[in-house]
Amino acid sequence: MAVALEGLKTRQVSIERRTGRAGYLFLIPWLLGVVLITLVPMLASLYLSFTNYRLGGTPEWAGLANYRRMISDPTFAASAVVTAKYVFISVPLQLGFALLVAVTLNRGVRGLALYRSVYYLPSLLGGSVAVAVLWRQLFSSDGLLPKLVGKVGIHMGSWISDPAHALDTLIVLHVWTFGSPMIIFLAGLRQIPEELLEAARVDGANAIRRFLWVTLPLLSPVIFFNLVLQLIGAFQAFTPAYIISSGTGGPANSTLFYTLYLFQSGFQNFEMGYASALAWVLFVVIGMFTAVNFIASRYWVHYEN
Amino acid sequence: MRTNLGRLLSGTWKHVLLIAFAVVMIYPLVWMLTRSFMPNKDILTGGSSGSAFSFDNYITGWSSLGVPFGRFLFNSMMVAILCIVGNLISCTLAAYAFARLRFRFRGAMFAVMLATIMLPFHVTIVPQYILFNHFGLINTYVPLILPKFLGVEAFFIFLMVQFMRGLPTTLDDAAAIDGCGPLRTFWSVILPLCTPALGVTAVFTFIWTWNDFFTPLLYLNTPDKYTVPMGLSAFQDSTGLSNYGALFAMSVVTLIPVFAVFLLAQKALTQGIATTGLK
Repeated sequence: MAVALEGLKTRQVSIERRTGRAGYLFLIPWLLGVVLITLVPMLASLYLSFTNYRLGGTPEWAGLANYRRMISDPTFAASAVVTAKYVFISVPLQLGFALLVAVTLNRGVRGLALYRSVYYLPSLLGGSVAVAVLWRQLFSSDGLLPKLVGKVGIHMGSWISDPAHALDTLIVLHVWTFGSPMIIFLAGLRQIPEELLEAARVDGANAIRRFLWVTLPLLSPVIFFNLVLQLIGAFQAFTPAYIISSGTGGPANSTLFYTLYLFQSGFQNFEMGYASALAWVLFVVIGMFTAVNFIASRYWVHYEN
Repeated sequence: MRTNLGRLLSGTWKHVLLIAFAVVMIYPLVWMLTRSFMPNKDILTGGSSGSAFSFDNYITGWSSLGVPFGRFLFNSMMVAILCIVGNLISCTLAAYAFARLRFRFRGAMFAVMLATIMLPFHVTIVPQYILFNHFGLINTYVPLILPKFLGVEAFFIFLMVQFMRGLPTTLDDAAAIDGCGPLRTFWSVILPLCTPALGVTAVFTFIWTWNDFFTPLLYLNTPDKYTVPMGLSAFQDSTGLSNYGALFAMSVVTLIPVFAVFLLAQKALTQGIATTGLK
């Protein structure tokens, strides 16, 4: 008996050991990737951020010079302001639209699948060069929008070449892609038990109250999820600003996204030390906003247990 | 007032609003499509000279750069297919390990994997560029494709872990009793059940790599290597602004594959986003 048990034990151990090794075997590609393409480059760029480095040369230690340079670099400041405006205007607008449309589409709308697809389509196309090209034409002086607005007698001019409005075109483009958070909202709304809404109805709550006091709290984890993802994504936007301004971030730096400035610094001026410092600042800022988001979520996100 | 509004919205009005909104959303795309069939002089004047529908823009656009547009389409298609293969292999392997196997540091590695999803890729691009440059891989497709074979798009690993966790573990037990090792269990038991997750991964990888502009902008520098977004961007920079019609025509051409995937794989797309929150 004891021998049999002993035998069983060693057998179990050997199976576990085998699966243990197998686990690493399955992970080989990912481990290579995470080490060679993610972690090592991450640390390398941290090191480079403290150096002056041009491609092909050797990095010269420069201490905090790159970070100090940012403080007095007006272009850095401009790109930070442009990006902050873009993120903090376009993400709330986009999520607001997504939620509004999701609530309107939820439950018993005929043709739901069709509406959902049509509203979702722009999300798939929104990051492409083709749509950025289209956007540039929509808002240029002989584009669709100035013509339409002109018909009612308002002069709009070219928003693309107007520093006061160029960023607005990119914000509109971002809001246009509200479809993907909308689909996540729709999936979240489907999880809300009908009985709760029915109970609130019986208690005399009207549609708006039901939305505010039942739907919204139950949907808050999904809102939080969308908010975290969209913020992270918006900070990294690049393509539309590049295409609309032909890579310059103009007019007058009004569409100079932070990532575009990083690209110009590192890959057009080849100041790779400075570009690395810019990248690390972006990383830390995104990390901070995500952390703040998580901390704040304790006060407004409601988890059902 | 409130109940009036509610009633108003709940009836036919709701559909009228939803349809009107859909038209506003889609109209820019339709506008581009119709303009792509008009001669340039009509585009500028609003399209009222009554000229017939013509493919001229497509013909001039196709060959107005030194390299025909078909070349960009071919390059993009090749890159996208290799990226799909890469993601399917590397992400399913990693996901199976995380979802089903026990080994030391699994928890820690899983946490690292989740953290890399949120990592802004800018923080790695400079050294990556230096690395690829060192090995003489600038202006090749290796920097575009290799990361996919190494599971760098952790989003998809997460997606497949979530999916595999939904499969009953009794399947693995049964396979183990029948004498299957982990590889066999993965290949013949788990993988065939993951087809929906594989589909979502393939579709999203296609759309993301097809639309990706930043990576080719970094790594590709001769037009014969360009992918579609690079070709279109080069077109806009060279002749595009004086030739809207052809620019629109080529834009339409680049959107067709994404649109086709959207039509064919709508269900996979909407389910994929709903379960994991992909773009």
